[in-house]
Amino acid sequence: MAIELKGVHFNHAEAPDIPVLQVPYWSVKPGQRVFVHGPSGSGKSTLLNLVSGLLECPKGEVSVLGERLDLMNRRQRDRFRVNHIGYVFQRFNLIPYLDPIENIQLAKSFSARQHCSNSAVTAQSLLESLNVEAAAWNRPTSQLSMGQQQRVAIARALVNRPELLIADEPTSALDQENRDNFLSLLLSLVAEHKMTLLFVSHDMALTQYFAQVQALSDISKAV
Amino acid sequence: MTLASIGVAIFVLLGMEHIRTQARDSFASTVSGADLIVGAKTGSLNLLLYSVFRLGAPTDNISWESYQAIAADDNVAWTIPISLGDSHRGYRVLGTTPAYFEHFSYGKKRNLVFSDGAEFKNTFDVVLGSEVARALEYPLGEEMILAHGIVSTNFSRHDNKPFHVVGILAPTGTPVDQTIHVQLQGIEAMHDNLVPESITAFMLGLKSRMATFTVQRQINDFVTEPLLAILPGVALSELWQMVGMFENVLRLISVLVLVAAVLGLSAVLLASVRERNHEIHLLRVLGAPPYYLFFLIELEALLISVSGMLLGVLSLYLCLLFVEDALFANFGLQLSPSVFTKEGFVIMLLVLTAALVAAAIPSMKVYFQAKTYTDH
Repeated sequence: MAIELKGVHFNHAEAPDIPVLQVPYWSVKPGQRVFVHGPSGSGKSTLLNLVSGLLECPKGEVSVLGERLDLMNRRQRDRFRVNHIGYVFQRFNLIPYLDPIENIQLAKSFSARQHCSNSAVTAQSLLESLNVEAAAWNRPTSQLSMGQQQRVAIARALVNRPELLIADEPTSALDQENRDNFLSLLLSLVAEHKMTLLFVSHDMALTQYFAQVQALSDISKAV
Repeated sequence: MTLASIGVAIFVLLGMEHIRTQARDSFASTVSGADLIVGAKTGSLNLLLYSVFRLGAPTDNISWESYQAIAADDNVAWTIPISLGDSHRGYRVLGTTPAYFEHFSYGKKRNLVFSDGAEFKNTFDVVLGSEVARALEYPLGEEMILAHGIVSTNFSRHDNKPFHVVGILAPTGTPVDQTIHVQLQGIEAMHDNLVPESITAFMLGLKSRMATFTVQRQINDFVTEPLLAILPGVALSELWQMVGMFENVLRLISVLVLVAAVLGLSAVLLASVRERNHEIHLLRVLGAPPYYLFFLIELEALLISVSGMLLGVLSLYLCLLFVEDALFANFGLQLSPSVFTKEGFVIMLLVLTAALVAAAIPSMKVYFQAKTYTDH
């Protein structure tokens, strides 16, 4: 399984009586593209943070790509996330005062995988393949358009060749046209690199792109 | 804002330290050759101030006979008599003898040097300090009228006695530059009296330093007239003791300014950290370990404080350049605008440390936020 959650209970330390997430069993097969929807505040972020290893799982099992995240310490989870999981957010995917190349190099610098000796070349070829024009490469990302920023974000998410790509409402800051372009680009890349995709959104119009569509309320009992 | 407040703190701290050390150097370098300064019985500080720095007014004169008696002592190598009291356009007129140009020394035992002309020979000859010559634009041979009192607009002027400029001294960075030198007889001549009856004070050099205290005691026990002999160095250190209190208050104030600036830096970083939740989250997702975030904030504090320091040092430098002439003309205080002294570096190092320590608060906040990651 690409993702497997067993008997996961999660609640905030300051409110232990209110469960945020309760997952008896949930799994995603390798290569699947899963669309998870639910209203905001329903625990989507918590689910993603558990899968990506940002949050420690206090109860239950969290396996990603066959590795038990709940048994790892924080440093091991950080390392695992950098090397195996790509992440695209709704906004704030990039450090605003760095340019696209530097953003991608930053993501690479935390990785243990040294695929390519020259990370600037990697970054450039990635940006090229994602149709980010060269004029934008050396400008602070805060000056780029939203569509450009999201494409740079994909490049950044892919630089360490992750097996799992997590997309957290990546389209809600985009207009209709950009959204469609973004999604087809993302899906073709996922297919090309044979990645597993976990896509979280509240926008039901996007379900047409996905074979598997799940409501968070079906995954988690707490909602 | 934080940048500016750190700049101000650095400006005040460095400026204080700079002026303090420079003032001390400047004062200490004013008189270096004389073993003793002798005047009428008064406070030793007072004697030092009016004889060397031309500050304040002499309490009393000493008689020519007493001066002659002491100058004839076996231990005494040379003497420089000083007669103060008159002025020309705001500059003090000092009556003395050619011994002044021979024996007076300043700084590291440097003797007076003429930039133009030579020492006085006649009663109505005048030797100008460099600043006097510069400010009044008097060339050699210029005729000038010397008057009573030190106010240039004084009405009781001795218009009938023109003096001639025969020499101009090279700059020394001491009150000498602002002094008009004439012969003792010259001072007396203003009062139609060609034999000096009394002088204000005199400096003396001994044949052997060993005799300093003996001679000092002899002078202080002088029978015919109450006299006071002081060691310039000792009197100067008395002066520093007096000024010390004031300095400490100033230093305390500048330290408080610094503390405020550094706390301000900490507060600004705390606020910015709160606004940059997303950035911190992103860096965590990218795999940045918590200590990386800690150093990121510290680095930011470092950048802000270093730029603040540059700002402070630069403005101090410009300020010193600007006030240099005014300070020198009004107080005889010579400041070099170079603020990069050893003390300056120590101060900047301290400020940097203080800034980093203060920035540890927001940095720790980010560190723990990153470590026990919770939803933003």
